[in-house]
Amino acid sequence: MNLTSLLNALPGAVAQGLIWGIMAIGVYITYKVLDLADLTVDGSMATGGAVCVMLMLSGCNVWLALACAMVAGMLAGLMTGVFHTAMGIPPILSGILTQLSLYSINLAVMGFKANQGINVTKYALIVSQRNVREINFSNPIFTSLIVLVLVIAVLYWFFGTELGSSLRATGANGAMSRAQGINTNVCKILGLMISNGIVALSSAMLSHYQGFVDVNMGRGAIVIGLAAVIISDVIFGKLFRNFALKLTGVAIGAVIYYIVLQVVLWLGLNTNLLKLLSALIVAVFLAVPHWKANMKGGRGRA
Amino acid sequence: MLELKDVRKTFNPKTVNEKIALDGLNLRLEDGDFVTVIGGNGAGKSTMLNAIAGTWPVDSGSISIDGADITHLPEHRRAALLGRVFQDPMTGTAATMQIEENLALAARRGQRRTLKIGITRQEREAYREKLARLGLGLEDRMTAKVGLLSGGQRQALTLLMATLKKPKLLLLDEHTAALDPRTAQKVLELSEQIVTENNLMTLMVTHNMRDAIRYGNRLIMMNEGRVILDISGNEKKRLTVEMLMDAFAKASGEAFANDRILLS
Repeated sequence: MNLTSLLNALPGAVAQGLIWGIMAIGVYITYKVLDLADLTVDGSMATGGAVCVMLMLSGCNVWLALACAMVAGMLAGLMTGVFHTAMGIPPILSGILTQLSLYSINLAVMGFKANQGINVTKYALIVSQRNVREINFSNPIFTSLIVLVLVIAVLYWFFGTELGSSLRATGANGAMSRAQGINTNVCKILGLMISNGIVALSSAMLSHYQGFVDVNMGRGAIVIGLAAVIISDVIFGKLFRNFALKLTGVAIGAVIYYIVLQVVLWLGLNTNLLKLLSALIVAVFLAVPHWKANMKGGRGRA
Repeated sequence: MLELKDVRKTFNPKTVNEKIALDGLNLRLEDGDFVTVIGGNGAGKSTMLNAIAGTWPVDSGSISIDGADITHLPEHRRAALLGRVFQDPMTGTAATMQIEENLALAARRGQRRTLKIGITRQEREAYREKLARLGLGLEDRMTAKVGLLSGGQRQALTLLMATLKKPKLLLLDEHTAALDPRTAQKVLELSEQIVTENNLMTLMVTHNMRDAIRYGNRLIMMNEGRVILDISGNEKKRLTVEMLMDAFAKASGEAFANDRILLS
C-alpha cells in the first residue's frame, strides 16, 4: 500500500467520476425531479456507447455519432414512458422491461458481439484514458468538465421554461398538475427521454474514454447514479438551493464516489465485491429518511 | 352553464365492494349560480365534482359546459374550463415549488406550455398585488416553497390559483374541512369574495349546514348519488338547519346521517 499508486490513480478516478456524473444528472432528473425510479439507465448506459462507437467505426463524424447516441437514449426513454403511461405499467417495471430489451438491442447494434473496441489513434475520440495525465486540452477531465457545464446550462435553462416548469410540477404533485391543465403523461415521457438522452451521452463518452463499448457496461448504473445523488444530498443538501448548483452537486457526488472507490480498491478490496459494497451503501442511505421518520414517530415519506 | 344529464358511476363493479356513487344524476347550473352542496356520507358530493373534473371516466350520461360536451375530455383538457380547490391542502399546490412558480403554473392553465421563460417580471408584480389582497403576508414570501405554508395559507393560495385564469366553473370540494374553525371561516369569506367579484359559477361541497345556508344563492342536497333537494332564491334565505334536517328525512325516508354534520 504505497501512496503514490493511489495518487497515480486519482486523475483517472476524477475523469471517470465526471463522465458518470453526467449520467448521474440524468438519474437526478427522473429520480428527484419527476419522482420516478427509472431503471432504463442500466440499458441506455450501454446503448449510447454502442451507437456512437459503431457509427464511428463505419466512418461517421464524431459529433454526429454523439448526437445519434443521444437520440438512441431518448428513444429508450420513450419506450419506458409509453410502457408506463399508455400501458399503465408501474415505472420500475417499465424500466426493467426496457432495460432487458435494450440488452438485445445493444447486442444487435454491436453486430452481436459483447464488445467493440475503438482506437484513439485512428478515430477522433473526444475523451481518452490515454491522456488522463496530460496537462493540456486533450485531458479527458477538461473535456468532460466542458460537456458537464453545457449539460447543466441547458438543463437549467429548460427547467426554467413553461414546459420545464410543468415537468417539475408533474413530479411534485400530479393531481395539482392535471388540475392546472398539464398533461402529466406527456411530461413523464418527455422527462424520461431527456434523462436517457443524457445517460446515452455519458455512455458514449465512457466508451470513448475506455476505448471500447461493452454490452454490460451499464450494469448497476442506476445504483451509481443514486449514490451520486445521495452523496450530493448529504454533503450539499443544505448548501445548494439553486437548481444549477444541485446538478453540479450531483456531478461532484459522482466524482467523490469514484475517488472513494479508488481508495477502497487501494486498501485491497476485491474488485468483484465492489457492486455489493455500492448497493449496500446506497441501501443504507436510502433508509435514512425512513428511519428518521420512524424515530420521530411522524409520518414517513415511504 | 353546466349541465349533468343522467350521470352514472359505479366503483368496483361486480365485486363485494361495489358502490353506486352516482345514480342517474341530473343537475343544471346557470351562469353566476353559487351552489352549495350538502349530503350524508357517501351521498356522491365529491364524486359529482370529480366526475365534472374528469378524475376518472363516468359510466354513462353526459356532462357539458356552455353547451360543449366534455364527458370524454381528459382531465388536463377540462382544466381549461375549471378552477378546483381540494379538501386536502396538500393536493392543490406543489409543495416543493415556490409560491410564484405555483401561480405561474396556474396562470397558464389551458394554454400550450412553450419554451418561453416560465415566469416573467410583469407576472411577478401582478402576483404580488393579488397575494397582497389575500392579507396573509404572502406577497413578501413569493420565492418561499409552498411546503412551508400553513394549511389555511395553502388553501387561500389554491383558491387564488384556481381563479387566476377565470374559470367557467369553480369546484370547491370541502375545501375548509381540514382547517381549524377560525381559518376555515377566513377561507370561506375569501371564497365568497372571489366568487362575487368574478361572478363565478360555483359548486361548493360543504359538511357544514350553516355554511351551506349562509353562502351562495342556491343549495342542493344529495343522497345516494342523486339530488334530492334543490332550494334557491328567497326560499333559501329563509332556510334553517332544522328545516334542512326535516327536508332530508322527508325526501329520503331516513334520518340524516353524517357524523361530521351532526357534530358541527
